[in-house]
Amino acid sequence: MSTASPIRRASLPEQLIIPLHQHIGENSEILVTKGERVLKGQPLTVAKAYVSAPIHAPSSGIVTDIAEYPAPHPSGLSTLCIVIKTDGENEWADLEPVSNYRDLSTAELRNIIRHAGIVGLGGAAFPTAVKLNPGPDHPIDTVIINAAECEPYISCDDMLMRERADEVISGIEIILHTLGAKKALIAIENNKPEAAEALQKSLGRTANENIHVVAIPTIYPTGGEKQLIKVLTNKEVPSDGLPIDIGIVVQNVGTTAAIHRAIHFGEPLISRIITVTGNGIKQPQNMDVLIGTSMAEVIQQCGGYTENAKQLIMGGPMMGFSMHTDHLPIIKGCNCLLVETTEQRQGMQTMPCIRCGECTRVCPANLLPQQLYWHASSRNFDQVQDYHLFDCIECGCCAHVCPSHIPLVQYYRFAKTEIWNQERDRKKSDHARVRHDFRQARLDREKRERDERLRKKKEMLEKKKQEESQASTAEIDPKKAAINAALERVKMKKASTTVTPKNTNNLTEEQQKKIDEVDKQRQASKTK
Amino acid sequence: MQFKTTSSPHYTPENSVNTIMRRVLLAMIPGTLATIFFFGWGVIINMLLACVVALGTEALMLGMRNRAIKPYLLDGSAILTACLLALALPQLAPWWLTCIATVSAIIFGKHLYGGLGFNPFNPAMVGYVIAIISFPKEMTQWVPPLLEGYTHLNFLQTFQVIFGGQVPAGLSWDAITMATPLDTLKTQLGLELSINDIHQHEVYGPMFGAVGGIGWEWINGLFLAGGLWLAMKRVIDWRIPAGLLGTLFFLSNSFALYDYSSFTPPTFHMFSGGIMLAAFFIATDPVTAATTPRGRWIFGAGIGFFIFVIRTWGGYPDGIAFAVLLMNMTTPLLDYYTMPRAFGHHWREFPQHTKKHDDE
Ligand code: SF4
Ligand code: SF4
Repeated sequence: MSTASPIRRASLPEQLIIPLHQHIGENSEILVTKGERVLKGQPLTVAKAYVSAPIHAPSSGIVTDIAEYPAPHPSGLSTLCIVIKTDGENEWADLEPVSNYRDLSTAELRNIIRHAGIVGLGGAAFPTAVKLNPGPDHPIDTVIINAAECEPYISCDDMLMRERADEVISGIEIILHTLGAKKALIAIENNKPEAAEALQKSLGRTANENIHVVAIPTIYPTGGEKQLIKVLTNKEVPSDGLPIDIGIVVQNVGTTAAIHRAIHFGEPLISRIITVTGNGIKQPQNMDVLIGTSMAEVIQQCGGYTENAKQLIMGGPMMGFSMHTDHLPIIKGCNCLLVETTEQRQGMQTMPCIRCGECTRVCPANLLPQQLYWHASSRNFDQVQDYHLFDCIECGCCAHVCPSHIPLVQYYRFAKTEIWNQERDRKKSDHARVRHDFRQARLDREKRERDERLRKKKEMLEKKKQEESQASTAEIDPKKAAINAALERVKMKKASTTVTPKNTNNLTEEQQKKIDEVDKQRQASKTK
Repeated sequence: MQFKTTSSPHYTPENSVNTIMRRVLLAMIPGTLATIFFFGWGVIINMLLACVVALGTEALMLGMRNRAIKPYLLDGSAILTACLLALALPQLAPWWLTCIATVSAIIFGKHLYGGLGFNPFNPAMVGYVIAIISFPKEMTQWVPPLLEGYTHLNFLQTFQVIFGGQVPAGLSWDAITMATPLDTLKTQLGLELSINDIHQHEVYGPMFGAVGGIGWEWINGLFLAGGLWLAMKRVIDWRIPAGLLGTLFFLSNSFALYDYSSFTPPTFHMFSGGIMLAAFFIATDPVTAATTPRGRWIFGAGIGFFIFVIRTWGGYPDGIAFAVLLMNMTTPLLDYYTMPRAFGHHWREFPQHTKKHDDE
């Protein structure tokens, strides 16, 4: 529905709200101040932590505010944002393109990618530089380029490949070089012949024999990372492991194009392609949008809402988050705005689970969604983990097929959050306990030291006394020692009697016999 | 613009409990028509009676348990239970027997456990077993299928027999009822006759038809067809009937090969009695069957095994109800030990919670 027209560049908005935190990982540190003029592509923050990504000014203008604004996040909470009032000049900062990336070391390349603020554009928004650094003990054999749209409806990757295949291929070459990997597989669904053809043509031009386009069946959710690896290589990523454990790195196509621009043009990640679609949109299409543009504005440029638009979803229909307002900025991880005309599940009766097993049939993670639901709804958080709750990728397949219309994923999210909270509380209390122990230890030490001091003082006094009356005390001492020894003996005896078992020393002979018999029988039955 | 928020997925599911039940009922139609054709008006009267009673009981129980009546009443599960039960009961069963069976099915089989989705036992089979244990004599009032030498009752006569307990003037019970082929075979085998003798017998011989008894073979064939359609539509899981029929065939074939004169041939097992109805419509009740793929194989195979054992050595001619209930009991265990291998995990990782609790 959204692939009929080419990618359109959204017009420059008057205001851009750029959340600091658009990625998985730590926040970055702000470099600009309120009132400052910034140029397009100028870094607004710097990433200090390893797993982090900076943000850049998507266009030139004045920083008007640095404060909390609502951000597109399921919680609907606000986060720290930098607001830029654009001046319409689109004046670029000085960029530093790399003329021949093969001359640079992999660390240098990674550094450029890192400073360009590139994160996974498939939706997860994990800093790409980190993903490109598997470490020396994880040699990477294969790079998989995920061109399988993660969900139905979304077509931004499709359009990107059709229109900018050269950028994609160039980005892949850089990735191969950075990782020292042997080959790259571009996994593309077989319902995208145009995109596949564009890639093949581009490959023909570069004559790179290490990159292959592989068609995969269009079955949701093959776009999931682990599922994709399984389809392509028949290898399974261990539940608690990462693809690098089996020599694989997966990158999204959008990310490869961003890497290309960062290396060859020095451009940081300041825009992305998003799919604006759904029955509630007048002109569904793909838009090239500056990060920080308001959703409302993007939708306005797509002809606006139809009359019966009911729901706004960021992401796809299966895993996306439904938003309560469109006055939210587009962020790096936002690949789709979906506007639906019907509120899902409205008027639909939720019935009890009839154990039909449909959910089990469709679950791509091979879980038992029905058992998960059962234990999650009864808050059996131990059991729910035994049924591998944390392997659930929240793809929504199970809820989609459930004839009883149970919002299964909601229960899994709930259970996961609860478990995380418990974990956090436990850590907190652990922490508190450690602190308490420390305090106790300190108090003990202080007490000991005080006692020590007192004792020394006393000793000194005593010594003085002793010196004064040495002759008289010498006679009393032996007597005292004898009394002390007697007391000691009594104590010892008491201690030894308390440890002997009760009820066994006063047995009659008969009782003892019985016990022996029983023991014998026991012994016999054991050996049988 | 402001929006309401909900949790993903944001698709409208296509399937519903209602659709499932409707499809199952639809698939039962051919076999049911055949049953009506061969066994007459009693089938229709039983079905209507059972449906009315089932819906009434369901509504009453829902009301007592303070549940929304309409969605549950319309989910089709009560109707399905009633139909299965009516097909399993003999055609001339007195009205009160049908009522007792149906009421027990809905109350003891379902609502006492918490209603749809929470019952461990197949409700229709619970009703059937209560009936056959409490009223063994009435449970034998099968009518002869369209067969020469027997009287066939018209609607009015059937109505009178069921509701009045009156045998029409000039007729006796023996003239209007007849033991099923399965029953006959069992009795006669007990009398030391060989399979061959029974088939040649002047009184009993004719009822055995080509493979599974006159009428029965058609009924079973049509239920098989309906069941295959359901399996194709993936309303039911094919593993359960496959396991059930496969096991039954394997066992009966082995024994028949060993001694063909005193063990019923597999073809007869497969096409007589309620076997296809059981395999495709009763054993596949999702609520009471195992849910994992491997668990379903075992579940089906277990029922097939018990059917064979009860038919061959047990006290009842057709052991379906008992076999199903027996396997229902094993369901939680099956589910637990046949968990599929989760993605990225190794086989044999059973849930460990019991252990964990010990540690704590
Ligand atoms: S699909 Fe729904 S009704 Fe069926 S087993 Fe799963 S949770 Fe239960
Ligand atoms: S959302 Fe459902 S289908 Fe998807 S992985 Fe989780 S349990 Fe499986």
